[in-house]
Amino acid sequence: MSTLKIADKCFKSRLFTGTGKFGDHRIMQEALEVSGSELVTVALKRVESKEQDEQIINFLNADHINLLPNTSGVRNAKEAVFAAELAREALETNWIKLEIHPDPKYLMPDPVETLIATEELVKKGFVVMPYIHADPVLCKRLEEVGSAVVMPLGSPIGSNKGLKTIDFLEIIIDQSNVPVVVDAGIGSPSDASKAMEIGADAVLVNTAIAIANNPVEMARAFDLSVKAGRMAFEAGLGNNQSDELKAHASSPLTAFLDE
Amino acid sequence: MSSFKDLFDQYSWKELKEEICSKSENDVIAALNNRKPSLDDFKALVSPAASAFLEDIAQLSQKLTRQRFGDSIQMFAPMYLSNECQNICTYCGFSLGNKIKRKTLLPSEIMQEAETITRLGFRHVLLVTGEANHTVAIDYFKEALKLLKGRFDNVSMEVQPLEEEEYRELIELGLHSVLVYQETYHQEDYKKHHPKGKKSNFYYRLDTPDRLGRAGIHKMGLGALIGLEDWRIDSFFVALHLQYLERTYWQTKYTISFPRLRPFSGGLEPKVAMSDRELVQLICAYRIFNQEVELSLSTRESEMFRNHAMKLGVTSMSAGSKTNPGGYSVDPQSLEQFEISDERTPQQIAEMIKNNGYQPVWKDWDLSLNHV
Repeated sequence: MSTLKIADKCFKSRLFTGTGKFGDHRIMQEALEVSGSELVTVALKRVESKEQDEQIINFLNADHINLLPNTSGVRNAKEAVFAAELAREALETNWIKLEIHPDPKYLMPDPVETLIATEELVKKGFVVMPYIHADPVLCKRLEEVGSAVVMPLGSPIGSNKGLKTIDFLEIIIDQSNVPVVVDAGIGSPSDASKAMEIGADAVLVNTAIAIANNPVEMARAFDLSVKAGRMAFEAGLGNNQSDELKAHASSPLTAFLDE
Repeated sequence: MSSFKDLFDQYSWKELKEEICSKSENDVIAALNNRKPSLDDFKALVSPAASAFLEDIAQLSQKLTRQRFGDSIQMFAPMYLSNECQNICTYCGFSLGNKIKRKTLLPSEIMQEAETITRLGFRHVLLVTGEANHTVAIDYFKEALKLLKGRFDNVSMEVQPLEEEEYRELIELGLHSVLVYQETYHQEDYKKHHPKGKKSNFYYRLDTPDRLGRAGIHKMGLGALIGLEDWRIDSFFVALHLQYLERTYWQTKYTISFPRLRPFSGGLEPKVAMSDRELVQLICAYRIFNQEVELSLSTRESEMFRNHAMKLGVTSMSAGSKTNPGGYSVDPQSLEQFEISDERTPQQIAEMIKNNGYQPVWKDWDLSLNHV
């Protein structure tokens, strides 16, 4: 399997994970460990004072894990840029997962503010990973202003509804020049596998692992499914050959060539 | 700044040839069943192995074309402005060494030709010249576009490669599309066929679509001249170029032509001949590979071939074409760039299209869209 490169970093695992919704730090730590994930997002708003959070930050500072602060909670570009700068200082990384949802109910990302914030953060030297709708045009616009990846949603965040946006994800993957990370909505390992099979470069999974009865086993399942999906994509999926071609008895369209 | 050259340089002609020639029937079946065919599928579709599936390929191509474009064919006419040329191209009637009368239309003659072409019914026109950078360059093109403003609804150009800034100026004046064919993507052969003149610079030509894309052109045309080199490999590079451009300049439309080398006075015999069967295979392969790209069929091809091929994936056709400057009215006797094959009038072609159950489309753009 090929490695994934984003900005200056290479990733062996194409499963990115989150730190929210876990009932217990120890279980989270174990789940993230077995998931093999090398990029873990953490909400800036959740980062507590150094002492209280020492354990989690220490774990997340392990060599093989890269921290990806996110701007969850901000409502516009201005707040997002401010949050990103705070995160850069607090967590000593210029990577930022940009999440701007003015709507607290469904947490739908704001495409206009996200584009504005991405442009500004890129100028400020951030590696920007914006969370967006599965909007192919927006993806190209983000690419043009220097977004490191695009992170279109599969379905509403936290919904576990899977790849409701698959037709649009396919268009995005088809025309993207930056890695496509499917974020939000991935509810089961088969969803993750499907995303990888259609050519996504990575997936980000949080809720489905965090709220499983056994998060550690679920993390392992996601690791395997992402690997399987990617492997299948790289191996070149065969197609549904139920209506396999047979020689045509008559050739209405090409018979003129034999005249 | 993005450039196709970087991608192009990663490919080897020889390896591609081996890959394409070793494609199996199973590879072809897989390509036909792939909802989103890859470049590798394209190799299978243009491979010798695909010949056995020609009817299936044609049926799929027709279906995909109808789904995207409906039953319609866009009509256009080429209008040759000049046959002056400082390039030597071994296959072209306008080549520097050819002893022909050189002619560049004067403003009044441009208007006269335009008048005749519009009377034939055309609203989309393609302006064509050789490459004479001292006389027929940016200033001449600007003048021509100004003269033609309001005369046609849609103006395209097939002239020498220009600079990005020059393209911007022309787009500002209403230029809608530019066609720049690489002729061949085989570097050594390209040098052989273009020994002299600015055109001998392979990479400058190769990067022209990038300059066009950056200039924000509405539509650009790609293609290889079939007959110079192995069409299967050249076509692969066209597909690669298309894929790269679509991803990079995503607001631009693309069109592909597949001109087969035609005889002209004192001309070159094709090194690699392509049969009608193979041309059908290629048209359909482009369509199956890319469902949005426009495919254009010129009067280089025969009446019989055009009558059938128009239903297999093509979306635009020229008709009643003259390939000499002033050929429609000013100077019908001057020497042609190449012999046309389908000599029917535009009205006869339109009738043929209708008889096939398709609609000839004369206007598919509006001048008001140029200055939004």
